Amino acid sequence: MQPQPILQLKEKLADLKLGGFSWNNRAVWSVAALIIILIVNRLISPNFFSIDMVNGRLIGSLINILDGASAIILLSIGMTLVIATKGIDLSVGTVMAIASAVAVMLINQYEAGAGEFYYMPGVVILIAVAAGAICGLWNGFLVAYLNIQPIIATLILLISGRGIAQMITQGQSPTFTNETLAFIGRGVILGVPFPIYLCLAMLILVTLLVRRSAIGLLIESVGINARASFYAGINSARIKVMVYTLSGICAALAGLVVAGEVKSADPHKAGEFAELDAILAVVIGGTSLNGGRFNLFLSALGVLIIQSLLTGLYVSKLHPTANLVVKAIVVLAVLLLQSDEFRSFLKRLFRRRA
Amino acid sequence: MKSRAFPLLMTTLVFALLYLFCLTQYSSFASMRVVCNLLRNYAYLGIPAIGVTFVILSGGIDLSPGSVIAFTGVFCALMIERNGMHPLVVFAIILVIGTLFGATMGSIIHYFKIPAFIVTLAGLFLARGGAYVLTTDSISITHQFYVDVSNIVYVFPDGGRFTFAAGAFVIVLLVGIFLAHYTRFGRNVYAMGGNETGALLQGVPIGRTTITIYALSSFLATFAGIILSLSKRSGDSTIAMGAELDIIAGVVIGGTLLTGGVGYVVGTFIGILLPGVIHTYLTLDGSLTPWWIKIIIGVLLFGFIGMQMLLSSQFNPLKLIRIPRRAAA
Amino acid sequence: MRNNEQAQIPLIETRGLTKTFAATPALSEVDFTLYSGEVHALLGENGAGKSTLIKLLTGVHKRDAGVILLEGKEIEPRSPRHCQELGISAVYQEINLIPTLSVAENIFLGRQPMRRGLVDMKTANRKAYELLKAFDIDIDVTRDLSAYSIAIQQIVAIVRGVDLSAKVLILDEPTSSLDRHEVETLFSVIRSLKERGIGILLITHFLDQVYEISDRITVLRNGIKVGEHLTSELPRIQLISEMLGKALTEELAVQKSGISSNGLDREPFLRVHGFARRGMMQPFDLEVRKGEIVGLAGLLGSGRTEIAHLIFGIKHSEQGEAYVNGQAANLSSPQKAVQYGFGLCPEDRKEDGIIADLSVRANIILALQAKLGWFEHLTPKKQEQLAEEMISALRIVTTDMEKPVKELSGGNQQKVILARWLVSNPEFLILDEPTRGIDVGAHAEIINIVKRLAQEGKAMLVISSELPEIVDYSDRVMVLRDKQVIAELEGDQISEAMIMQTIAER
Repeated sequence: MQPQPILQLKEKLADLKLGGFSWNNRAVWSVAALIIILIVNRLISPNFFSIDMVNGRLIGSLINILDGASAIILLSIGMTLVIATKGIDLSVGTVMAIASAVAVMLINQYEAGAGEFYYMPGVVILIAVAAGAICGLWNGFLVAYLNIQPIIATLILLISGRGIAQMITQGQSPTFTNETLAFIGRGVILGVPFPIYLCLAMLILVTLLVRRSAIGLLIESVGINARASFYAGINSARIKVMVYTLSGICAALAGLVVAGEVKSADPHKAGEFAELDAILAVVIGGTSLNGGRFNLFLSALGVLIIQSLLTGLYVSKLHPTANLVVKAIVVLAVLLLQSDEFRSFLKRLFRRRA
Repeated sequence: MKSRAFPLLMTTLVFALLYLFCLTQYSSFASMRVVCNLLRNYAYLGIPAIGVTFVILSGGIDLSPGSVIAFTGVFCALMIERNGMHPLVVFAIILVIGTLFGATMGSIIHYFKIPAFIVTLAGLFLARGGAYVLTTDSISITHQFYVDVSNIVYVFPDGGRFTFAAGAFVIVLLVGIFLAHYTRFGRNVYAMGGNETGALLQGVPIGRTTITIYALSSFLATFAGIILSLSKRSGDSTIAMGAELDIIAGVVIGGTLLTGGVGYVVGTFIGILLPGVIHTYLTLDGSLTPWWIKIIIGVLLFGFIGMQMLLSSQFNPLKLIRIPRRAAA
Repeated sequence: MRNNEQAQIPLIETRGLTKTFAATPALSEVDFTLYSGEVHALLGENGAGKSTLIKLLTGVHKRDAGVILLEGKEIEPRSPRHCQELGISAVYQEINLIPTLSVAENIFLGRQPMRRGLVDMKTANRKAYELLKAFDIDIDVTRDLSAYSIAIQQIVAIVRGVDLSAKVLILDEPTSSLDRHEVETLFSVIRSLKERGIGILLITHFLDQVYEISDRITVLRNGIKVGEHLTSELPRIQLISEMLGKALTEELAVQKSGISSNGLDREPFLRVHGFARRGMMQPFDLEVRKGEIVGLAGLLGSGRTEIAHLIFGIKHSEQGEAYVNGQAANLSSPQKAVQYGFGLCPEDRKEDGIIADLSVRANIILALQAKLGWFEHLTPKKQEQLAEEMISALRIVTTDMEKPVKELSGGNQQKVILARWLVSNPEFLILDEPTRGIDVGAHAEIINIVKRLAQEGKAMLVISSELPEIVDYSDRVMVLRDKQVIAELEGDQISEAMIMQTIAER
């Protein structure tokens, strides 16, 4: 019984928890992947890690990665919870467009001198977020109470949502000048872009919400075994409505970040393909599409991995158009490695060789 | 009446009523001009939609057609204009590539049990990305063959031009109907979508059928890309962006159950043209704005899915009445 | 029965058929014969090895030892498809046809008649119609299969099987969801198949039907053949005792003892009156008092689990009313039942019980947490404390409460589910086969826990196929047969012999 201390250490390590999730291999692998990609980037571009202060703002590739990833990280928060319940939310991209359209149209009324309280910047932001929440509520209702498959249920909003956003802006892509609204996308606090704070805040807030309440446990339970959860007296419908609503809220925030960044709302292009990026990140972050255990920080790490990879392509002066191809290869690689059938196929292949 | 024909009947009815309404507003809807334009403009969506109908009938999904269309267009433009190859040779090559692409997706879905949604999503990225990598420029095609093909047209007395694209659409539709109802492959697709375990136990070759289905879908998407390239006489990597959504929406509105097993190829034809009719009406009207099309498609989708849920009795109205109550601890 | 049986070569013969799953023998050295033109009933309780035998005969599983002879020739079943080609077809309770295709298409799926390279539905429809007509089934074969009753669907599956040149037809629980009239239709089909010389292997849990249709009976228990009889020569009571594995004792406790020791005059905790659901359970009444254990006895499929499901709201009752502590109660979902202080340990632990990937701790506190709601969160400390208590109280063997519950043994998983309800401090517990698939040590422990819980004043409803167990702990026993409560035994009436006798009575 001598090697006890080592065992204890191992158990201690296994006990280290991040958001209620054991610090398991997946996290280690994800961090390792990110570090390797960053190091390769550094080798390609010697000043990759350098960060300079210009006009009170930090400038550098690392900051760019974080800043560029922020909208998708926000989406990935809601998406992770949705996928953990064995669902999927295809509508987040269009919800981004709707929320930004709502915000910009209202804020321009304010800029034009309208005095009503609902044109005040703070209130406008709340209304835009509420619009996202309503979209999510609708999705949740379709999934939880009408029993429509999540892919289909959210497809409805994915298609009609762009039309709604375009209707709100009357087909235009309005710009705005209000600095409060723009701050969400391009503000800087202590040299760091505001979206990074927003992401961190949402990550921590939502993690606290789901882990300091029963919600996280119930989400995982419903995602892993819906029948047994039903037998245990869990109301899975309410859980589902909640996660889709949260996903709508996250999408609205992401929409505001993007709108703030470019100081306009583009109902045609805003958030296009964003849902696919978010799903990809969640999968890389280790949440199974079959539902179950999740970790919001690992999903965010998934976004950073993709973003660093793309930034790496950019700095390596490789064809910038190869982004999508790289994404496709990453998706396939990750999914194949997660597939039991593929792993046993590989094993058979190697055994035959040996 | 067969219950599974009910959604198709509803779609047809909605389409007929809509068309009648349009007729009362604009007499031009009675002309072959409108009909031919509809067929020509929606051929590039309708042709892959027939392939996607098979995919959805089998219980799967294909997100890649839009990207495959774009890749095909860019590939044709490059090979013909930059490499000076004859279009027919290029078409043959790209059709083989496209079919293999689909077969690969089908194999991954079948053998590695990865959800079709994700595999075809990767396919979407790969094909669109491939198009970008080839070129991000829009390349015009000036080859004489393209000019010749665009001259293949039947002109109706009222000036309606039944073009090559429209003809291809109609032929693919007929072949699709034939394939679905008069071949073992077609019947196997229906069986798989109706009950995959059952189909397996009754001796349906699931693997072969799955691979064929996705190969067919990509083949038709590639074919649509060729048709689009012929009518646009150019290749553009950003073309048909989001077409997969219009296609899936068309298939569902056409009465094909997303859970698989139930649906008709001819329904897809109507489901694809329905937004086209609305679009034509809005164009003629001028006062209504184009975003209404998307909203109306969304409403139609919801209506048809809602109807399907009611029909399949998966929907339990009691669940709505049972209002969740806060747990009294 | 035919007289020349001895002279005849059996259609199917197995010698020493053996199959083991993960070190647990599922079937040991079973000799089985099926003759042409006979209906042979295969009977046994859960885990008896019936489905294993079928799966070996139809090529779903490979046998470990023994031989299978078809018409005297040894065969090597490779797959269900291969067996169909050999002439062995099986029709299962969950019909493996395509509900969204027409009747004719189902019969000819994968082997449609072709004409000039095209599927010839006209011929298929005509042939399908004729095939069914031969069994006096006159239906529109172009309609969807799902448009017809389960009985017709079953017959379509049978016709498909027989048309695939079947010599042997295996019917697995074909009648479990049919009404009397439909059973008649199915039986007339079976009789005409007999006349055609097809050998039929029938699995059913309706004893009346066994006696009505079968020629011979083979009884399996725990993977061993315990009896083979001509149906006409086998008394029901002997059949039941063979199935349940109990020797017949001479004296039957016939005298009624009146009031049981537990005092039936107390107001029951739960009173259910006239609960029923079509195709699932006939109307029944049930009362359970605090501190009382009510046992549900009956053969597999007699309606034991159905009662549990109706009371716990997993399926809601279509009629009748329920009272908890004398107050009318709405038991239309598990959530509601839990609020009344109910708990249910389901029979199928894997599918309905454990949340496999979650930890032992999370599984234990799940029901309590669901009951408390989202924001009355049990702190990690409180969770650990509850889990700790339960792990030691129920002696759950696990290295760590953070271990995923799927890594525990069956007995310990059962205890985790029991713990899940115990931490929610229930007043009424329903245990469906609490000792199934559990090793001997854990078995005794769980029975002790059941008794202790009753002593603590909990109302208990326990379902078990183990008669000694039921007799041991029950204050009252409800006996079920064919989805009906047929008797209620109290006090001295409760004995294994009496229960078997009751089930056997017609």
